Amino acid sequence: MSHEHVSNTKRIWTVFGILSVITIVEVFFGITKPEFLHMNNFLSMNLLNWLFIILTLVKAYYIVYAFMHMEGEKSVLRYAVILPLIFLVIYLLFILLTEGNYVFEVFKNSTIKWNF
Amino acid sequence: METVTTENSVGKTWGGGNEPMGASYGKLMMWFFIVSDALTFSGFLAAYGFSRFKFIETWPLADEVFTHVPFMHGNPQPMLYVAFMTFILIFSSVTMVLAVDAGHQMKKDKVAVYLFLTIIGGLIFVGSQAWEWKNFIKGEYGAVETKGGSLLQFVDKDGKRVALAEFAATLPEEREQLTRNKGRWFMDEATLPEYSVAEVQAGFKAHPDLFIRTETIYEDSPASEKDSKINHELTKHKHKTILTRSESELRLTQASLVVEGANLTRNEYGSKLFADFFFFITGFHGFHVFSGVVINCIIFFNVILGTYEKRRSYEMVEKVGLYWHFVDLVWVFVFTVFYLV
Repeated sequence: MSHEHVSNTKRIWTVFGILSVITIVEVFFGITKPEFLHMNNFLSMNLLNWLFIILTLVKAYYIVYAFMHMEGEKSVLRYAVILPLIFLVIYLLFILLTEGNYVFEVFKNSTIKWNF
Repeated sequence: METVTTENSVGKTWGGGNEPMGASYGKLMMWFFIVSDALTFSGFLAAYGFSRFKFIETWPLADEVFTHVPFMHGNPQPMLYVAFMTFILIFSSVTMVLAVDAGHQMKKDKVAVYLFLTIIGGLIFVGSQAWEWKNFIKGEYGAVETKGGSLLQFVDKDGKRVALAEFAATLPEEREQLTRNKGRWFMDEATLPEYSVAEVQAGFKAHPDLFIRTETIYEDSPASEKDSKINHELTKHKHKTILTRSESELRLTQASLVVEGANLTRNEYGSKLFADFFFFITGFHGFHVFSGVVINCIIFFNVILGTYEKRRSYEMVEKVGLYWHFVDLVWVFVFTVFYLV
């Protein structure tokens, strides 16, 4: 069996601590919006948004691996669940965001005003 | 439950009669349900991203929209309330995982207590979301829509938002709400805004220190710095553009509708799609939380009745636990996409 039925309350509270700290950091940066992060871009997205997205992925990792106990499952189950998700989501985001940006430019450069 | 014979499956992992993925049928199917549901939510959030990129210059800024905190009326506090909601959900995830843990040790009472706490957490979250929706629908300041479909909001000389009620004039005009008891039974209309366009226009004229704030997010550039229509004292980089007084008056002559609060057609925050996505995505997530609470209740009663004690396995708690953590996981992404980025 994948889990040995030992109590791991300590791990649960550690993960709760990590998730709480990350949320507090996110909220702190969300309220203060420090200039050096908000005004500097990396790959056409500002550093603040990069920070938020990375922290979100870290949170997602802990929820799936610790709370949903993915770390105790067989690797075949682990990858059957995670790999399709990662691949499809990245693919979908790439397609839709590129297209959204293109439509924005079409509107912006067109001779017809659409919102005035 | 192993009801299938295992005699002939030695050496054949996928030959049937065993669990090649090391998880029971029920748990495996819960995982694959979660995969498909996660893809559904990804589709919604990606669609939100598409629309946001499409209207990237005029999309509402979240920290100006979600500013309500209970008992702090008139004191806008971005993020705080939604951070509280996030904590509630994370904490109910913790009690859920503790219930699963207690289930592994066959401690019936502990499982029941932790499940009960999880249900309470879920209910607080759904209630908070209802309150958030109420504020979003009611709106706070009100705005005006132009004939061209763009939204105009009002600020004072310090750049602070001003509600329509604070300046709109009262004109001797009567416009009665059409309701079904006044016309024929099929005749009614959407709730009328409190002020008419003429009243807002007259009020704006009478208050010379008011300005109009447009939907457009201001970007510092040599060209925009020379733009004589923009009030450069009040407008800040990466904030909404505030117009000069003369341009504000000109723009207000184009007003065609007064918008208060939000519905699926238009909202006072900006882009029309913004409210649609907000209602749909947080609504769909809230529905998941609600179903999670209902399922948790069923499992809770089963725990109390001793169903799993008789079964000698608390795996059902584990399965609903997976679903409950998934709901938390989705909220982590909704939180980032709607309130942070």
